[in-house]
Amino acid sequence: MRIALFVTCLADTMFPQAAKATVLLLERLGHEVVFPPGQTCCGQMHINTGYQQQALPLIQRHVKTFQPYDVVVAPSGSCVGSVRHQHAMVASAAGDERLALRATAVAERTYELSELLIDVLKIEDVGAYFPHRVTYHPTCHSLRVLRVGDKPLRLLRNVRGIDLVELPAAEQCCGFGGTFALKNADTSTAMLADKMGHVLETGASVCTAGDASCLMHIGGGLSRLESGVRTLHLAEILAATS
Amino acid sequence: MTTFLGMPAPRGVGHLRGDESFPAAAKKALGNDQLRRNLNHATTTIRGKSGRVIAELPDWEQLRLAGSAIKADTMARLPELIEELESRVTAAGGVVHWAADANEANTIVTDLVRATGSPRVIKIKSMATQEIGLNEALEEAGIQPVETDLAELIVQLGKDQPSHILVPAIHRNRTEIRDIFLREMPGVDPALTDDPPVLAAAARRYLRETFLSTSVAVSGANFGIAETGTLAVVESEGNGRMCLTLPDTLITVMGIEKVLPTWRDLEVFLQLLPRSSTGERMNPYTSMWTGVVPGDGPQNFHLVLLDNGRTKVLADEVGRQALHCIRCSACLNVCPVYERTGGHAYGSVYPGPIGAILSPQLTGVEDNASLPYASSLCGACFDACPVRIDIPAILVHLRNQAPHPRSERVAMAAAAYTMDHPRLYEAAQHAAKLSRYAGKRLPPPLSGWTASRDLPEPPAETFRDWWEDR
Repeated sequence: MRIALFVTCLADTMFPQAAKATVLLLERLGHEVVFPPGQTCCGQMHINTGYQQQALPLIQRHVKTFQPYDVVVAPSGSCVGSVRHQHAMVASAAGDERLALRATAVAERTYELSELLIDVLKIEDVGAYFPHRVTYHPTCHSLRVLRVGDKPLRLLRNVRGIDLVELPAAEQCCGFGGTFALKNADTSTAMLADKMGHVLETGASVCTAGDASCLMHIGGGLSRLESGVRTLHLAEILAATS
Repeated sequence: MTTFLGMPAPRGVGHLRGDESFPAAAKKALGNDQLRRNLNHATTTIRGKSGRVIAELPDWEQLRLAGSAIKADTMARLPELIEELESRVTAAGGVVHWAADANEANTIVTDLVRATGSPRVIKIKSMATQEIGLNEALEEAGIQPVETDLAELIVQLGKDQPSHILVPAIHRNRTEIRDIFLREMPGVDPALTDDPPVLAAAARRYLRETFLSTSVAVSGANFGIAETGTLAVVESEGNGRMCLTLPDTLITVMGIEKVLPTWRDLEVFLQLLPRSSTGERMNPYTSMWTGVVPGDGPQNFHLVLLDNGRTKVLADEVGRQALHCIRCSACLNVCPVYERTGGHAYGSVYPGPIGAILSPQLTGVEDNASLPYASSLCGACFDACPVRIDIPAILVHLRNQAPHPRSERVAMAAAAYTMDHPRLYEAAQHAAKLSRYAGKRLPPPLSGWTASRDLPEPPAETFRDWWEDR
């Protein structure tokens, strides 16, 4: 299958290893990955911070960039959530119904990584090998916006050598929330402290998730604590082989 | 047809606006370990109870859809429904008053109580009367309001503000409650312990005397049925039932959005409300009354229909869903922000996620500009809401209306411009590598990040550089 990668600006700039892992994994599974030029950011930060007008050109750019492709994948539940639930809404609110329709069409062909693997490519065992104790944090937008359910866990359970341990209070937000982490830094930190406590309780050496943004927040906290626990994107574990 | 644009709830009266921004108030609350322990214990307990009884109903999702649909229909024809309610209540012997805002409602109620000559009123727990600051207005007029809901009584005696819609004294533990009773409750036993049954018995003795010696009661309403003119109050303690049946005069203050079209609609809401709020299959007391019945219950009934910003909310097609709220507080109990900051940080009688969308809409978003941002948009509130209010979407909608700080406007415009020009974007990506030299603590506004989190080490090459080179 020919799959267009929507890399997301955060993975592109700060966490390229998550995006590279997505490419290498899909290629290993026999698919062709293309990287549409001209893509930048989906505009979620602008939309969620109250700047819909500024987000509009970014939505136009995103729609124009990905319109030619049948299947689009992103290593982020949150960015796919924005494409699926916000792009058409923002376009409609701005009175651009034509853009809203085009955005809906692109959204219908855009998948988060675990959705692509399980729903489209119909594969649960990707042939990965990762001999470490891992705990999985289901990010809010994967869980409650995309409703990916246990798809990431089904993929992880099939990884050879993995010691997958359940994260207590897994469904609670880690406290990132985009600009929430800056605007309400104290509350965000209080939420992070509880999340890190649960991660440490598991004794895992790796905390994984489907969003680089939440992992940047959790990983930043774990690093400040000098906890020795590292964060890895789900794609990096699924791409790992012996 | 033109839509009537309502006025915001007026300033200087009631409890919809805080003294400080949410982040500032939250910072103080976060420093209170006792508060966080109380809140964590209470919200975890209610979440568990509620989750268990909701899981018993195979048609819970259909009930939520029905609740949402009935409320959407109600809002679409609110004017005709409240007029229908008015005519039914009047026909049944009640008197209906229209209050455009908090000041009008307070004046109407104060004048009605004055006319009875009673120096005191007993009150049923009511969000609407808290919203308009009725107690303060009555006190100013020399009338003593006595809260009869146990938790509201604790808040009132403690000269405090409620911090939860359903459990207003959630921020207090039993030792604090004993101290408040010893200090403030008339005729209290000085040997009072902090044993919950002992505390409840003390409140019971005090309240019984008050019930039997007061001729006027003030209530809110959970529902007002347009078809029949029936008002409904649901509660747990039975103190509401006392207020609704013992006095000569009953005055009910009801937000206009509480109207339901038909009696049968209660079938849906009386299942949704208790399971979402207290985690009970059915609330212990459901009181309903229709006007006045000679020789039985209050002989004078007044219904005050309150706008106070509600028609303004109704005029916003996205935001009006906030008026669907049935005040169950499920969204508070699942909110990770509320659980850590408590209710006072929201500065309004409506705290938590519903407060973050309701208060700014009632007052005008400029008066509560930080509230739409008091959420990580985690979405737990939408999943918990029995009438499916899309709180995260309304938060995002209100953020788009909120006044933004100048420096942020400049930064966001620059970011959007950069993102819309791939060459500039690539240059910015390479500049991001310089954060390697930024050190561990950044200046504001980024200091909020580095106070508790390290920055990620910038990669040697971006993804697109790697892609170009492969």
